[in-house]
Amino acid sequence: MDQGHRVPMIGRRGFIAGAAALGALQHPTGALGALVRNVDEAVFTTAFPQKGRMILQRTRPPLLETPFEVFDQGVFTPNDRFFVRWHWAGIPEQVDVATFTLKVHGHVDRPLTLGLGELLAMPRLEYAAVNQCSGNSRGLFSPRVAGAQWRHGAMGNARWVGVPLKAVLDRAGVKAGAVAIRARGLDEPVVPDAPAFGKSLAIDHARDGEVMIAFQMNGEQLPLLNGFPLRLVVPGWYSTYWVKMLSDIEVLAAADDQYWTKTAYRIPDTPHASVTPGETGYAQVPINRMVPRSFITNLADGARVAAGKPLALRGLAFGGDQGVARVEVSADGGTTWGRAQLERDEGRYSFRQWRFTAPGPAAGSVRLMARCTNTAGEVQPLVANWNPNGFMRNVVETTTLTAA
Amino acid sequence: MTRIGILLAIAAAGLATPAFTASALAAPDTTTVTGPGGVTLRSVTVDLPQSDREFPGADAAAVNNNCLTCHSAGMVLRQPPFRREKWAEIVNKMIQTYKAPIDAGDIPAIIDYLAQR
Ligand code: HEC
Repeated sequence: MDQGHRVPMIGRRGFIAGAAALGALQHPTGALGALVRNVDEAVFTTAFPQKGRMILQRTRPPLLETPFEVFDQGVFTPNDRFFVRWHWAGIPEQVDVATFTLKVHGHVDRPLTLGLGELLAMPRLEYAAVNQCSGNSRGLFSPRVAGAQWRHGAMGNARWVGVPLKAVLDRAGVKAGAVAIRARGLDEPVVPDAPAFGKSLAIDHARDGEVMIAFQMNGEQLPLLNGFPLRLVVPGWYSTYWVKMLSDIEVLAAADDQYWTKTAYRIPDTPHASVTPGETGYAQVPINRMVPRSFITNLADGARVAAGKPLALRGLAFGGDQGVARVEVSADGGTTWGRAQLERDEGRYSFRQWRFTAPGPAAGSVRLMARCTNTAGEVQPLVANWNPNGFMRNVVETTTLTAA
Repeated sequence: MTRIGILLAIAAAGLATPAFTASALAAPDTTTVTGPGGVTLRSVTVDLPQSDREFPGADAAAVNNNCLTCHSAGMVLRQPPFRREKWAEIVNKMIQTYKAPIDAGDIPAIIDYLAQR
């Protein structure tokens, strides 16, 4: 196995042949009829390797969402509960650490083929950072939009250890005139001529010293579905850039003209990436840095609480590409706000836990909100953004309870 | 025979590389690479679950024949209701952008199915 990995048995032609063969079968009724269900109903799974109980959005290629209660259990998201998102089903089911390599090539002086041993021997970097899908919370867009119907669980926070991408690029010697790097993983499309997943970053960003080639997540090697053995970590930026099973870095002398950067994952170049449904003709840019968000984690929508008794609230916030400056909480639908106590600071790119005790609510419906302001002064909006891809939701969320 | 059974059978029959099977099935994951500070990476072999879920209903043949090659049905079934034009746009994206091998003659039946769900 010279490439250090094995692709699934159901590879390109295998699967197409399989699907075609199935087409010839009769479709049994009965049990299958029962599959029609409310699309908003969560389906849980424990069937995925190295993963605990997850919300199943799609089996193949996997889309697995973190159940929201996990976010109440701590500031770091356990590896076995960390969300999973793949675009193409050609995902290796085996990675051999002895033969796996990372190639660095393109507009460089010395193309490299690095084994894992060589990478482990390089100077390291460590920090906590939130990894969030561009489409996290897409299921809450109104009007609704196409794509994975995530609620808030397409995000997670981990402590990452790895090698600065800059160190690897310096070792290869980036030539003058380089404009970007394009990162590729081992995953492959399952039909011929389809665009393999890859993402590029501007060369200065790639060399900022923070972007990391990570080999550890929360003190362990990464689960295969989160990108074992190497994953690009682009702190403060959406997950689409955090290429999994990173195996190839190409230094480009011209802008990336491939589909996943040039056409996909683009947002309106407007405040909050927001447009009116049906609007056309606006400029678009590649999705980029994250924006602040906050969540109440200890009480869910529909919870019943005692009227007149102080309400202990707890939650998570993150500043996007900045630290959390403050979190304010409202227990009256946004009329008055109080400042939450921030817990331990795990770093600029991390989740931050917060606590707040709200005065005892009057009997009836209670609308709770949490609002994060980051250290650059950027605050979550009170009105939800909208765009056709369901990207970058960061409205102040509302949790509605009943006090009795 | 279940879908998984069929696919495994096809895949196994079509698997031409013996080196594959040998290293994939024989050795447990004992290979490790260790670096400074005791950081150890260990080879991993997993089995990713496949889905035998099909699009339900008597009119589902066209979607079942054309929409399960690249991704399983779950995410499609979880989409909110869309009008025909939106589904036509999505199906067109599958064909143009992602190179879905779809018979032009099946397209109306696919869109009908998705729009009526
Ligand atoms: C050639 C491979 C391929 C085939 C065949 C295919 N799709 Fe897709 N589909 C994709 C890819 C790639 C994506 C985007 C990545 C992802 O969802 O993980 C996608 C995404 C989607 C989405 C999410 C919305 C979006 O635009 O990303 C829907 C809905 C969808 N497909 C429906 C269908 C339907 C219906 C069919 C059958 C007509 C179909 N697909 C056939 C590859 C394919």
